[in-house]
This record gives sequence, C-alpha cells and structure tokens, in this order.
Amino acid sequence: MDANYFLGQDMIDALQGAYDQEISLTGKEIIQQIIDNAGIAKSEEVPMCQDTGFAVVFVELGQDVHIEGGSLEDAINEGVRRGYTDGYLRKSIVGHPLERVNTGDNTPAVVHLKLVPGDKLKIIVAPKGGGSENMSAIKMLKPAEGVEGVKQFVLDTVMAAGPNPCPPIVVGVGIGGTFEKAALLSKESLLRAVGTPNPRPEIAELEKELFDSINNLGVGPQGLGGRITALAVHVNIYPAHIASLPVAVNINCHASRHKEVIL
Amino acid sequence: MKNMAMTKIKLTTPVTDAVLEKLRIGQKVLLNGVLYTGRDAAHKKLVELLDKGQELPVDLKGQIIYYVGPSPAKPGQIIGSAGPTTSGRMDLYAPKLIALGLKGMVGKGKRSPEVIKAIKQYKAVYFAAVGGAAALISKCIKKCEVVAYPELGPEAIHRLEVEDFPVIVVNDTLGGDLYEEGTKIYATR
Repeated sequence: MDANYFLGQDMIDALQGAYDQEISLTGKEIIQQIIDNAGIAKSEEVPMCQDTGFAVVFVELGQDVHIEGGSLEDAINEGVRRGYTDGYLRKSIVGHPLERVNTGDNTPAVVHLKLVPGDKLKIIVAPKGGGSENMSAIKMLKPAEGVEGVKQFVLDTVMAAGPNPCPPIVVGVGIGGTFEKAALLSKESLLRAVGTPNPRPEIAELEKELFDSINNLGVGPQGLGGRITALAVHVNIYPAHIASLPVAVNINCHASRHKEVIL
Repeated sequence: MKNMAMTKIKLTTPVTDAVLEKLRIGQKVLLNGVLYTGRDAAHKKLVELLDKGQELPVDLKGQIIYYVGPSPAKPGQIIGSAGPTTSGRMDLYAPKLIALGLKGMVGKGKRSPEVIKAIKQYKAVYFAAVGGAAALISKCIKKCEVVAYPELGPEAIHRLEVEDFPVIVVNDTLGGDLYEEGTKIYATR
C-alpha cells in the first residue's frame, strides 16, 4: 500500500532535477504534473497510478530463520490480498494468461527468494505496472558483439518503447549470467535508490554513457519530445558462459516504486 | 510546437468535425463533458457486437473514449486514480469504432499506422494524457457511472463527466504524429 501511495524521495529529487534540466516547455509541464501527482497521492493516500501493479516481492531469508504455521508464499499472497483490498488498489492479475479471468485480489505475487546468512527476514515489495513491463526486452548477444552490442540493444529497446512506458523512465540493465539470470539482474538493478551508481567503476562509467545516449534520443517526457527520457540507468552484471552475452532491459516508469521491511 | 505550452483550447463533447479539423499536434486541450472509458476487454466485446451487426450498449457517435482502468474509489471519492493506459492494445479495434463515428481517443503511447489512417480518413483525434498522473487526473472527474459490462470490474465501460481534463493532441486530422515529430526536434544524433 505504502509503495503505491508514496513515491520515494530519491524519485522526487530525480524528477525535480529533471524539471530543471528539461528544455521542452511541454516536457517541463509534464514533469511538474508528475511531481504534483505524487504530492496528491501522498497527502490523500491514494495510488499515484491506477495501475498498482503486479506485486513483485524480493525476499531475503536468513538461514537461521524458522517459519512456522504455514508457507512463506501463502503468507505473502495473504499480505498482497489484504493490501490490495484494504488499500483500494486495482486488481490487475488474471489467473490464466490465455483465459484471462481476473483473480479479484491481485494474487498471486511473483516471489524471488534468496537464502542469506543471518537471522533476519527482509522483504522488498516492488509493484510493477504493465505499461513499462511490456516494453522490456532480452537478447542473447554473441560475445563478439561486446559492449557496443550491449549499448545498441539498450538504445534500440528504449527507442522502440518510445512513449509507451511513461517516460521519464528508469532503465534497468542486466548483463551476463543465463537467460533468466539476466532478466532478474535487470529487475534487481531497479531496486537501487535511483541514480546510485554501480560500485564497479567500469560499470558506473557504462551507466553514465548509456544515460547520456538515451537522453540524446529526444524521446522526452511522455514521449512528446525532450531532453529527459531517462532519470537513471542502472546496470547489474554477473559472470557469463564462454559462449554467451545475455542482455536484459527492464524499463520502469516514473512511478518507480518499492518498499522494504526487515523482520 | 515548442512554444504552444501556454495556450490551452477548451473542448466540450460531443465534438464536431469542424472543431477537430482545427486541432494540430502539440496543442494543449482541456476536455469537458462526457467521456466513455474502455480498455481491451470492453473493446473486444464492442467489436464482436459490431461484427454481428448488433447495436452497441453506448452511442459513440461524436464521442471520445478514454483508455483507462481506474483503481477502486475510496469512500467519499467519485473515482479512484484514473490515468491513461497504453493505447496500442486497442489498435486492433479502434479503426472500426472510428469508422462508426467515434471522434476522439485519450490514452498514452503510439498508435498503429491503421489507426492513424482511420483518424485522418474519418476526421478524429488522438490525445495523450500524462501516463502515471492518475491521482491528479482523477480530480478532473466530476461524475462516474458504469454503463456497460460491470462484470469487467475496472475494465467496464464507465460514463465520466470531466472538467478541464488536460490532454495534448498527438495525432490530428491531417495525419500528423507528435511522437514522431517531437522526438525528432530534441534528438541530437
């Protein structure tokens, strides 16, 4: 509920910076509307966007934690059910991808579970809207295509997405691993506070380069033309197979939402 | 286009060809009057009726459809958050409704060449609302009732009454496309 009502201060700051830098008057006006919208959502405790998303839940479970009285997955789904019902959030999930009947309570969640040392349970809820998720893409590049191939694929994906994912966007990129690992890396990168660079200097440099190139595309706020297409680019990497160079691009809209609790 | 940011044109539904023909891409418009909501599921049903030669549950002649699936209203609210959804998902259905007399669509994101062609041929307009500005937009909605397909929940057809709902002309009756033109102006490669 909180994730859908309250846009993080990192995003507000990024939008404020974008307002100052945007040269298109229409673009500026749009960014101002987005900032005003976040203010209304916060003060009235209503969703900032009507698409309150698929509940994507990242769980870091300490190895010393024992969960009693039922399964963790059931507990998460019960939380989603209550949050989306009590919080007047939209129920956007269909129970079968082809038959498409709404489940009525926004369950099930998509749960990513990681086992970590310690006795804590960390839960991050990152509701993800359909508009930006639909414009995301993955490609298995040839290693010979290298960093240039990666950059081109990211730019092509953002350009093809154009206005659809509600720019200004946050671009999450996963490079390496396997097919599914790259996709997960790109999504995990979106959990960082917006604009926080990757600790590896060469990747931070790549993020900066991609950020500049994306904003040179001219897509702009809402795709109507402007200098601010992306608020940030986050890249996460993982070792890769000698034969593979997977690249995934997960786009997040300006309502880049997440909320973390540690139990 | 760059300097049109300040002037806003008021438009009240139902709209006429004469009014629409004057609109140009990049112009800011404040919509007033009735808007009907519809997403993929409702469009599918409408077009199925058309294909069977049956009458539609709402008369769309001269009207504007707003592509939105609002969140539930909290107690005391007229409607929940109600920002535009991606219009491209309605592209398969839109030309048939435009041919029938639908005059406008409000959403976000690119339209197919088929929709842009129908917009030009039948003199309609596609407007963009600010995607994600859903709490702000809901303030412009003064009345909301379900008029068809209540079983679709947020995807039901609602009849909205709006006041000064801010939108931008993206595709006009001349076949112009602001997404193409706007991006070209600000690209530096």
